[in-house]
Amino acid sequence: MSQRIFVATRKGLFRFDRGQVKGSSPWRITGASFLGDSVSMVLPDRRDGYLYAALGHGHFGTKLHRSRDGGESWEELKAPAYPEPPAGTEEVRCPARGIPIPWNLELIWALEPGGRDQPGVLWCGTLPGGLFRSDDHGTTWTLIRSLWDRPERREWFGGGMEYPGIHSISVDPRDSNRVFVGISCGGVWLTENAGESWACRANGMYAVYAPPEHKFNPNIQDPHRMVHCPARPDVMWVQHHNGVFRTTNGATLWHDVTAAIPSRFGFAVAVHPNDPETAWLVPAVSDEKRIPVDGKVVVSRTRDGGKTFQVLRDGLPQDQAYDLTFRHALDVDETGDRLAFGSTTGSLWISEDQGDHWTTLSTHLPPVFCTRFA
Amino acid sequence: MIRVSFTQNLQRHVACPPVDVKGATVREVLDSVFAANEKARGYVLDDRGGLRRHMVVFVNGQAVKDRVTLGDGVPDGAEVYVMQALSGG
Repeated sequence: MSQRIFVATRKGLFRFDRGQVKGSSPWRITGASFLGDSVSMVLPDRRDGYLYAALGHGHFGTKLHRSRDGGESWEELKAPAYPEPPAGTEEVRCPARGIPIPWNLELIWALEPGGRDQPGVLWCGTLPGGLFRSDDHGTTWTLIRSLWDRPERREWFGGGMEYPGIHSISVDPRDSNRVFVGISCGGVWLTENAGESWACRANGMYAVYAPPEHKFNPNIQDPHRMVHCPARPDVMWVQHHNGVFRTTNGATLWHDVTAAIPSRFGFAVAVHPNDPETAWLVPAVSDEKRIPVDGKVVVSRTRDGGKTFQVLRDGLPQDQAYDLTFRHALDVDETGDRLAFGSTTGSLWISEDQGDHWTTLSTHLPPVFCTRFA
Repeated sequence: MIRVSFTQNLQRHVACPPVDVKGATVREVLDSVFAANEKARGYVLDDRGGLRRHMVVFVNGQAVKDRVTLGDGVPDGAEVYVMQALSGG
C-alpha cells in the first residue's frame, strides 16, 4: 500500500507521507518543492524511484525537473522542445479559434512511464498536442512526428485551453508498444508499434457540443481523462466532456455510461487496478457550472462496470462547498484501497477503504493540478 | 561592448548576472550571452529561438520590434535589458 502522495499545485509541489501518528490523520506534509511556482504535472516513477516535476513559469516557459531522492534535491532537465518545421510546412490553425497551432511547448500535461521492460522510457503529453518520448529518464526528448504529422490534427482544437493537448497516456502492461493517448479535443489515439503509426480509437463517443454532422466524429471528441485497468487493460474508462464512456475491447468501441450520478460531468476518473468493474468519478454540475452538485463534494463509485453508482460522501464537505477536481487530481494506489483527490480550492482528501470514508488532509493548499501516489 | 542585464525575477530560476558581450543584432548579442550561460536560453527564448511571448528586450530603452528572428540592430556601447512583459495578475 502506498505510503506517499505527491500533490502538484498552482504554487508548488507537496509531499505527504503516512507516519505512525495515532488519533488524527497520520498523513503529514514532509516536503515542499518549487514553492510559488506552478507545477502542472508530477510523476513518481515506480520502476526506479525517480521523480519528475513539470513547471509552467509563464514568462519563462515550461520546464522539467528530476529528483533521485524523493524531492529532496532536483536537477533541471532540458524540457521537450518542438523542432523547426520542415520548409514548406503548411500552418495548422485551431478550427475553433482560428489561431495558428505553434511548434512550441506550451504546457506539459501528461507524464507516464513506459513499460516495465523499458527502463528509462517516458512519454510526455503536451499542449499544443505533441507527444514526446524519452529513452533516458527524461534527459533528451523526441517529438513523435508520426502523430504530430497526421492530417487529422487539423481538426483538433482546444477545450478550456487555448490549444489542443494530450493529457492521458496509457501504456498497455502486456505490450509496451501499445500506447493510447487521450486528447482534448482530438479523441483517443492508439499506436501498436511504439509510435510508428497511429489510429483514432474513439468510436462510440459523441459530442453534444459539436454541430450534428460532427457529433460522432471520433477525432473531435473531448475525453477529459482516460485510464485503463492495469489487470485488464482492455477495459478503459473516460470521463468525457458530456458524459462517461467505457470500453471493454481496447477502445475498439466505447459505450455510454448513462447511470453516473449525481451528474455525468466532471474531469477525473480512476479505475481499480485489479477490478475493471470498479471505478470512481468526482462529478460537477455541468460544463456551464463547474461546481459540485448542491454544494456537496462527493465521489461516485461503480462496482458493476457502470450499471449502477454509489454516491460516497462520508468525511467530505456537504455544505456550501465549491471544490472542483481537475483531471489529474484523483488517484488510486496499486492496491485499489487508497484513493486521494485534491481540488481547485486547495483541499485534499484521502480514503483508505475504497472511498467509503474520507479524511481531510488539507483545506489550505494552492489549487491542485495533480495528485499521485508514489 | 554591449552591457546585457536580466530581470531580477529570472535570477530565482537561473543565475544571470549582467555581462558585457559583442554583437551587431539582438540575436548575436543574446547568442553571445547564452553561449556562456546555456541554461538561461530556454527561459528567454522559446523552442524555435524566438522571444518568449511574455518577455521583452529593450535596446537603449526601446523595445525590440523583431521578436522572431531578433534582427534589430544593437549599436556598440548599448545597454540591453531582458525583462518580463508584465501581464495578467
